[in-house]
Amino acid sequence: MSPLPFAVALEPVTAIVAIPLASAALLALLPGYWLASRLNVLAGLATFLCALSLLAQRPRPTDLIFIDDLNVVFVVLGTFVGFTTSAFSASYIAHELKIGRLTPRYLRFYHAMYQTLMFAMNLALVANNIGLMWVAVELATLTTVAMVGIYRTHEALEAAWKYFILGSVGIALALFGTILVYMASRPVVGEGHDAMVWTTLIAKAAGFSPELLNVAFIFLMLGYGTKVGLAPLHAWLPDAHAEGPTPISAVLSGLLLNVALYAVLRFKMLLAANHTAIAPGPLMVTMGLVSVVFAAFMLYRRRDIKRFFAYSSVEHMGIITFAFGMGGGLANFAGLLHMTMHSLTKSAIFFAVGHIAQTKGTQRLAEIRGLTESRPALGWGLVLGVVAIAGLPPLGIFMSEFLIVSSTFARAPLLAIVLVLGLLVALGALMLRLSEVAFGPPTGATEPITASFVPLYTHLALVLAAGIYLPGSLVAWFRAVAQLLG
Amino acid sequence: MRGQDFDVAHMLAGGLVLVSFLLLYQDRMFALLNVFALHAVVLSASVAWQAYIQEAEHLYVPAAIALLLKAVIIPVALRRIVIKLGIHRTIEQVAGVGPTMLAGMGLVGLSMVVMLKATSPSVDALAREDLAFALSVVLLGLLMMVMRRNAVSQIVGFMSLENGLILAATGAKGMPLVVEISIAFSILVAFIVIGVFLFRIRERFDSVDVQALDAFRGERR
Repeated sequence: MSPLPFAVALEPVTAIVAIPLASAALLALLPGYWLASRLNVLAGLATFLCALSLLAQRPRPTDLIFIDDLNVVFVVLGTFVGFTTSAFSASYIAHELKIGRLTPRYLRFYHAMYQTLMFAMNLALVANNIGLMWVAVELATLTTVAMVGIYRTHEALEAAWKYFILGSVGIALALFGTILVYMASRPVVGEGHDAMVWTTLIAKAAGFSPELLNVAFIFLMLGYGTKVGLAPLHAWLPDAHAEGPTPISAVLSGLLLNVALYAVLRFKMLLAANHTAIAPGPLMVTMGLVSVVFAAFMLYRRRDIKRFFAYSSVEHMGIITFAFGMGGGLANFAGLLHMTMHSLTKSAIFFAVGHIAQTKGTQRLAEIRGLTESRPALGWGLVLGVVAIAGLPPLGIFMSEFLIVSSTFARAPLLAIVLVLGLLVALGALMLRLSEVAFGPPTGATEPITASFVPLYTHLALVLAAGIYLPGSLVAWFRAVAQLLG
Repeated sequence: MRGQDFDVAHMLAGGLVLVSFLLLYQDRMFALLNVFALHAVVLSASVAWQAYIQEAEHLYVPAAIALLLKAVIIPVALRRIVIKLGIHRTIEQVAGVGPTMLAGMGLVGLSMVVMLKATSPSVDALAREDLAFALSVVLLGLLMMVMRRNAVSQIVGFMSLENGLILAATGAKGMPLVVEISIAFSILVAFIVIGVFLFRIRERFDSVDVQALDAFRGERR
């Protein structure tokens, strides 16, 4: 149990949950854009720094919160993207206020919700209790529903409604799975709180009833898989990405999908620790592959730029799920790397897209032309981002995709062929749209906006750097995590 | 375990499945809300009975919440919304009553097969059958959400699904209270969110028919 309250407050692991919560409360009260957006960035930075300190020193696990090799990756990545997105959000929201799309009343709500979302996601990642994790994911869903609907247009409300209904059903199925896991662990661990604690569950999983675990995993995979955006259950994702404010699209793609994936991975580890249960891999591989191929073809028919990149997120979450489903040291390593690269790249793309939509006054692909000429900094940022997300060398995603494909070829060539097909189809769509949007004579309006390039180019620089040289310590760290994932 | 304890728990959980079937074919708004209130009452009785036989006092809290919130407050509030929106007409259904009921029976059969196979009979007969019933209620709730186009009846479907989850959570002996309270609480939050949405939808679309929302898809040419 935790010691004295003030000692707890000093611990970084408590801080990454407490800072967003406290700032959410503060931002809910704070009027005025300038102060609120600065405070939002500051809170993001403080959370990120606390998360970084977890790398150096880890607290002892309590029965509510723990940090291990796996979730520290997600926490550091998540808080980083949360921080850079808050910086992007400051300039994005300033423009939305100026053109009157957002009113000051909603602004307070927006900032408070942003930090509540950070709180919920960090809590889900560090929770040492499957029930607590579920509650946190549910909270994250509710806050994003509220944010997706914030513009109060027809489309935004429809997107929010759809997201809410599908997200709730997913989360309900996940709860049923969580209850089943508890039922499976109860005879072994005993009644009460202990039977829902991750560290205990993993240690004693070998004795659980395999049949119950199997059924539980199906529910958890479907439930949390809905939130990951895997193919048959992805319907909410494009709408939610397209109709909400763009910072939320960036956070959804860069963070929330990862949090849901983290939940799936944890339960996968639980099943792997029980040798008589079904192998969770094939289910993940199937859903992953279906997502990749389906999303790749869907990319061609998109007319809205944010929807377009939302389908690309479905594709990449498919690739990542596929890699973790294949399992083994190399595929897991590649999956982790791909997840990191995708988070950075996709949020960078949304930073660019957000400003592009503002400067053009539209999200329709057909009305956006010749960006490299009219807005070179934004245009080239988008080009770089799309080249990265398409998996072209020398950027980071090329390396992770290469590792995934090559390790799959060695073990299951047929699956690899399907995967490569999906990747190539998606590459075609991305290049086709990129050439239209970025090059050629510019058309349409070009509103002057004050864009923030620092978050955009920071992310892209990191992705480029990772593609050229991965530091040895990072490789060793990811390798250790990959071993843990089995 | 005494035979009577088991029988009553069994009857109440089975009753919940039965009321779920009743929900499936209600085609009038007020009738639907009344049946949902009945659903919540049966759930509350079932949870209270679990609290009694497990000697777990904390389970009376979810029972009380189910009774107060879901059997009284929410139906009354939804009734007001329905009147305000002027939709106390018939609900359109995607499929007819017959196929819907057949599909529902299939789902109950499925959940029996799955849950009874997955749990060994030696462990805990009550928990085992509770889980099977709970899964039936969850799946019937899902079916209802799929079959209905009206936003209010989708909400009712979703809440009946949540009732199934609470049945499962209380049937799992000794499951920590944290989770139960939060389930109940999240339903409240969810309701508020939906309520807000409903009002907005009414304001903007003059319809709570979700199909009408589809017309506003962002991808029209």
